Amino acid sequence: MVSKPHGGRLVDRVAKGRSRERLIAEAREMVKISVNDSIAADAANIAHGVYSPLEGFMVQEDYLSVLHNMRLSNDIPWTIPIVLDTSPEELGDVKEGDEVALYYEGEVIAILRVEEIYGWDKREYVINVFKTDDINHPGVAKTMKRQELLVGGQILLLNDPPEPFEKFRLWPKETRVLFETRGWRTIAAFQTRNVPHLGHEYIQKAALTFTEGLFVNPLVGWKKPGDYRDEVIIRAYQVLIENYYPKDSVVFSVLRMEMRYAGPREAIHHAIVRKNFGATHFIIGRDHAGVGNYYKPYEAWDIFKEFPDLGITPLFVHEAFYCKKCGQVVNAKICPHSKDYRIYISGTKIREMILKGRKPPEYLMRPEVADVILSHPNPFISGS
Amino acid sequence: MSESERRGKYTTVSIPVTLYNRIRKIIEGTGFTSVSQFVTYVLREVIARMEEEKLKSSGISEEEKREIIERLKRLGYL
Repeated sequence: MVSKPHGGRLVDRVAKGRSRERLIAEAREMVKISVNDSIAADAANIAHGVYSPLEGFMVQEDYLSVLHNMRLSNDIPWTIPIVLDTSPEELGDVKEGDEVALYYEGEVIAILRVEEIYGWDKREYVINVFKTDDINHPGVAKTMKRQELLVGGQILLLNDPPEPFEKFRLWPKETRVLFETRGWRTIAAFQTRNVPHLGHEYIQKAALTFTEGLFVNPLVGWKKPGDYRDEVIIRAYQVLIENYYPKDSVVFSVLRMEMRYAGPREAIHHAIVRKNFGATHFIIGRDHAGVGNYYKPYEAWDIFKEFPDLGITPLFVHEAFYCKKCGQVVNAKICPHSKDYRIYISGTKIREMILKGRKPPEYLMRPEVADVILSHPNPFISGS
Repeated sequence: MSESERRGKYTTVSIPVTLYNRIRKIIEGTGFTSVSQFVTYVLREVIARMEEEKLKSSGISEEEKREIIERLKRLGYL
């Protein structure tokens, strides 16, 4: 049986039929708030139940509770604040109780019923969420640039924001029907923001050995410069699954959600989200959602101890490496040989090879995957 | 906002002392740090199950399910 939605009920805040048409007309008369791609994605994720039990952007009580206790004000586990920031200028004379229209790229996407307008302390936010206020942390840098007011309240989605990868996007209702139709009772979800190397394949297949299905669900959307482009990740997984995975046991779909690089807290967030898609298990490898040296390699494993009521089973898998003595990809738990025999599958090393136009060896990456990356004119996100 | 306010609103319910003692023993060595935490968890599970039963007829309608299956077929998932 697929997982119960987080909080017990799959949220559906998508307007339909004549009611939607009426609301689109009404939205034209409302105060407009323009949102960026990450907020637009959050609005869609709220409405389609990805963030169940959230029905809107957080009000202050939930925001502070999540920040300090890693739980919503009703005690349900939640680790990353889902907030809508705006400026006093944009908000104008909007007050609590009003309805405002959220616009993305000039099109209305949702109506928000304003429950609360409140200020926030960005430093308090970053210290709690990212455990640092170092501006070199990409999540900190992005947060510090956000607007000074937060608006909380329930939303109703009128239009999905445009999705370039529409044919690879599934919502929780769809994955739940899909998993049930396939007869899967246990599903291991895998979160990623990277192209797959042999270490990823190893931990996914290790999980699939014990579950009936594997749900590979990469994030698309904002990521830091130097990360792989979305289209490269998607194409790389397509060729990997086509050539090396049992197709009836794997579901691949993308999730548009900002990567926060919040390490342990984000690991819990990623698990909750996949629970809402119906996954029963969630794979946690080394340095989940980490960046630089801000988090200890297995810090994300420890935080799960604080959530016995999470409702999805974490699968902790050690870092994979190629052992020359074993002649295969293994991990420290199952390989008795010394470090002299180990070749660590480092994403950074692979990236350096790609940047030099060199094909990573087959014990690091499948040749088909390497070809996809190398054939792209610029596989990495530009910027500094 | 005080710490207790941040923690949310709580109320007291009564359970038999024998049950309380059994729970206290059963949660030893688990991640639950108090009887209240365990009871909250169990109640939430039970209520979620009941709500889910209710949702089976209202969460995803048969018509919606048919539409989803058609889309999944078109996309090659089924």
